[in-house]
Amino acid sequence: MLLPSLSGLLLLAQNSPLLNVVPPEPVNAKQGSAFTVKLSATLNEGFHMNSHTPAETYLIPLTLKWTPGPVEANDVEYPKPEMLKLPFEAKPLSVVTGKSTLVTKFKVQANAQLGLVTVLGKLRYQACNDKACFAPKTVDIKLPVTIQ
Amino acid sequence: MTRHLIRALSLSALIVLIIAGCSTSRTASAQSVKPTKDRKVAPDFTLKDSSGKPVKLSDYRGKAVVLDFWATWCGPCKVEIPWFVEFQRKYKDRGLVILGVASGDEDWSVIQPFASLMKINYPLVIGNDTMADLYGGIEALPTTFIIDRDGRIAKLHVGLASKEDFQNAIEKVLDAAPEPQRTAAARAE
Repeated sequence: MLLPSLSGLLLLAQNSPLLNVVPPEPVNAKQGSAFTVKLSATLNEGFHMNSHTPAETYLIPLTLKWTPGPVEANDVEYPKPEMLKLPFEAKPLSVVTGKSTLVTKFKVQANAQLGLVTVLGKLRYQACNDKACFAPKTVDIKLPVTIQ
Repeated sequence: MTRHLIRALSLSALIVLIIAGCSTSRTASAQSVKPTKDRKVAPDFTLKDSSGKPVKLSDYRGKAVVLDFWATWCGPCKVEIPWFVEFQRKYKDRGLVILGVASGDEDWSVIQPFASLMKINYPLVIGNDTMADLYGGIEALPTTFIIDRDGRIAKLHVGLASKEDFQNAIEKVLDAAPEPQRTAAARAE
């Protein structure tokens, strides 16, 4: 059995993309009301992830999907992409780096049952650096909403 | 969770080994391959090609193999693929096989059109976690292993490499005869 050293674990952290997503704060909302939730995410330095609208069709976009229910996501506003030109790409890539914010507009159904519901989301991203790409990853998001 | 931890630990260990290996050979590694005595056996595997036919690594014993882990969504992989197409054409008769392992949960409906577009002229298989784990858990793409005629790993590239680097390594492994022939040649001397 190969046992990794501490330096190995540090290397692993430095050599793999990691999207740190801050769990959203709980929300109190009335039946029939609308609210927005900001999701803050930070990709470690040296990596970029495709934006929601990548420049090439073969690239995997950043997506945030919420499970339908009594609290429905109407619209997701994705972080504004930056254009990154890598030496081996014919045209610049549409990417997101560093700290980013995704804003979702929710609507509580008028006849939603009162009480606590947890809205589940899945944030999918695919990251690369200037030498390699990494498998797409999905971060599970939980948004607690108390319907009043 | 445990599986992910094991994969992370394996990858971490592999990276340590790669870095350790590179620390002594990186200067040479740009032009050359690992000395024969330091090469580890490439784990055998069986995967299916697009027609469902099993492809087994050990069936290529006696040939040199470039084992390329790639994905259709990987930009750096797209840079290397035309090189491999050229190498397959150029070195096939000298005993080189390029074997592409498609990674990343894509099926043939995505891979085949991509392969046609890229004019891929070498065998492709779809990889899986079990196979990737045999190779230390493949996280970064492209990852390419150059395997000598005796089925041992002569060189490893993680990430985009240079065409010249590949070419030099391929030439080296092709120039070396498989072990029984070397032994027979030594006896004859």
